[in-house]
Amino acid sequence: MRTTPVVAPGDAVSTADSVDRGPRTPRRGVAKHGKVTPWLFLAPYLLLFGGFVILPVVLGGWISLHRWDYTLPGKPFVGLENYQALLDPGSTIYETFWSSMQATGIFTVASVPLLLVLPLVVALVMNQRFPGRNLFRAVYFAPYVLGVAVVAVVWRYLLDANIGLINYYAGLLGLPDDTAWTTSTPAAWVALVGVTVWWTLGYNSVIYLAALQDIPRELYEAARVDGASAWQQFVNVTLPGLRPVLAFVTMITIIASANMFGQSYLITQGGPGRETRTAIYQIAETGLRNFQMGSAAAMSYVLTLFLMVLSVGIFWLFRERKG
Amino acid sequence: MRTPRTVVRYTLLVVLGLVFVSPLVFMLVTSFKTRGDASGFPPSWIPNPFSTQAYESILTAPGTPVLRWFANSLVAALANAALVVSTAALAAYALARMHFRGRNVVFGLIIATLFVPPVILVIPNYLIVGELSWLNTLAAVIIPTAASAFGVFFLRQFFLAIPEELEEAARLDGASPLQIFVRVVLPLSRPALATLALLALLANWNDFLWPVYVLFSPEMQTLPAGLSTLQSANAVRYDLLMAGAVIASVPVLVLFVFLQRFIIEGVSRSGLKG
Repeated sequence: MRTTPVVAPGDAVSTADSVDRGPRTPRRGVAKHGKVTPWLFLAPYLLLFGGFVILPVVLGGWISLHRWDYTLPGKPFVGLENYQALLDPGSTIYETFWSSMQATGIFTVASVPLLLVLPLVVALVMNQRFPGRNLFRAVYFAPYVLGVAVVAVVWRYLLDANIGLINYYAGLLGLPDDTAWTTSTPAAWVALVGVTVWWTLGYNSVIYLAALQDIPRELYEAARVDGASAWQQFVNVTLPGLRPVLAFVTMITIIASANMFGQSYLITQGGPGRETRTAIYQIAETGLRNFQMGSAAAMSYVLTLFLMVLSVGIFWLFRERKG
Repeated sequence: MRTPRTVVRYTLLVVLGLVFVSPLVFMLVTSFKTRGDASGFPPSWIPNPFSTQAYESILTAPGTPVLRWFANSLVAALANAALVVSTAALAAYALARMHFRGRNVVFGLIIATLFVPPVILVIPNYLIVGELSWLNTLAAVIIPTAASAFGVFFLRQFFLAIPEELEEAARLDGASPLQIFVRVVLPLSRPALATLALLALLANWNDFLWPVYVLFSPEMQTLPAGLSTLQSANAVRYDLLMAGAVIASVPVLVLFVFLQRFIIEGVSRSGLKG
């Protein structure tokens, strides 16, 4: 890395000053900057942060207490009515919302274990020195940089029931060659989970790999000296060493899976029927296509509540255990 | 017993590699097929005949202005990355090096939002963006996503690791905090700034849900939103869809090939201290 020459000397007075103090003994008590300086540095960020993160979190709650139709002039206050409707089996929104929550639940339960375990296996294989390692790592990571739109459009083609590559090769292997991957369940779930694993496996692998490389070699050597088998080393050295990162990866994977949108939007269009329409998909359609924003905001608060409870659960699960 | 093990390992790695690469190769191959060839069965790995028809037709079709989408995506991603890096760097420097009341509160609040599911922001941000008359403009995909909590966290860690003596020396030479930041800290932080810029660029280039809903006229869309438009307009014209997908992937793949070290390191470091 190139270093750049440090700033030119200032005026004579301050130079003399610094000579007096001696360059190596900065005085702690001396103000290094004016009182407003830190806030000037923070201002641009805080403007964006306040306007598009803090304000919306609060505003969302406010909207959820109104019958807020973007296209109509009146937005009457309705109290908790939007929430009550979500909990009332007799309401029209009940069925659509909870079936979308169920879709999100199915997808999360099916995808998260795979997205935690498979990348770990790949990272363990990659956690040794061998020629070409960085090339393989880059290849496995590549789909992630493409983004969900490209990935989903490509896989929509590969999964085409009639002319798709997947059914063609399945047929060659003697498996059913007419699976309706995008228009029938459970095949659609297999497709959505499979595509997601293909897309994000490299991402989790890279995080695991960095954590594996941080585990001190001496721990493995000590375990070997004690006669530990490969499996015992994995259980007693690798897993404990990975614990904080496992918690982190579990968390981001659950949040990502619970926010699954593009795969369903582009591959199955939420179908068959609305079976693969996830909660976030339903929220976006309710709020931003049908403009029932009060109801949609209430839905997003309920979904967030679920995710928060889940997060607390995960923290508890991965907490530091004594003894 | 080294050799058999090595053979097994490489076989596994190569097979897995093929799983990741072949769909992308097939995308590229199909984009050079004719309409009939692309929907032919059995699917073939070689275009016959080789044709650039798909590119010609999506680049000239009036309802799907792919070049315009490309330009929109480029402008949005560059502007967003610049905004992410500049605002996060300034904030991170104040949080890393300056002493002021409320510092821990501000930092804690920023970190807390790392765990706020983005779904909660969608509806209210749509209203805010509407209020600002940014709907259906690129400002809608550039500005609201620019407050990066990860960016502040990531750069703050990096700034904390810079030896304070360097800044001290500049300060004693009479440099102002801004001068120290621009001339001492930023040049030393190039790798971290590049990593954050790349991650922001990728995230913005690939963002999907938000642009789909806030950019509604065809000429305002970004490439991912445009691909969705392209798909609904040409359901099974896979030649056109793959050509569109290639156009959307080439820039990020090129970026990735040349700068993968930064990208992968940025992602892997996001897990440490998580």
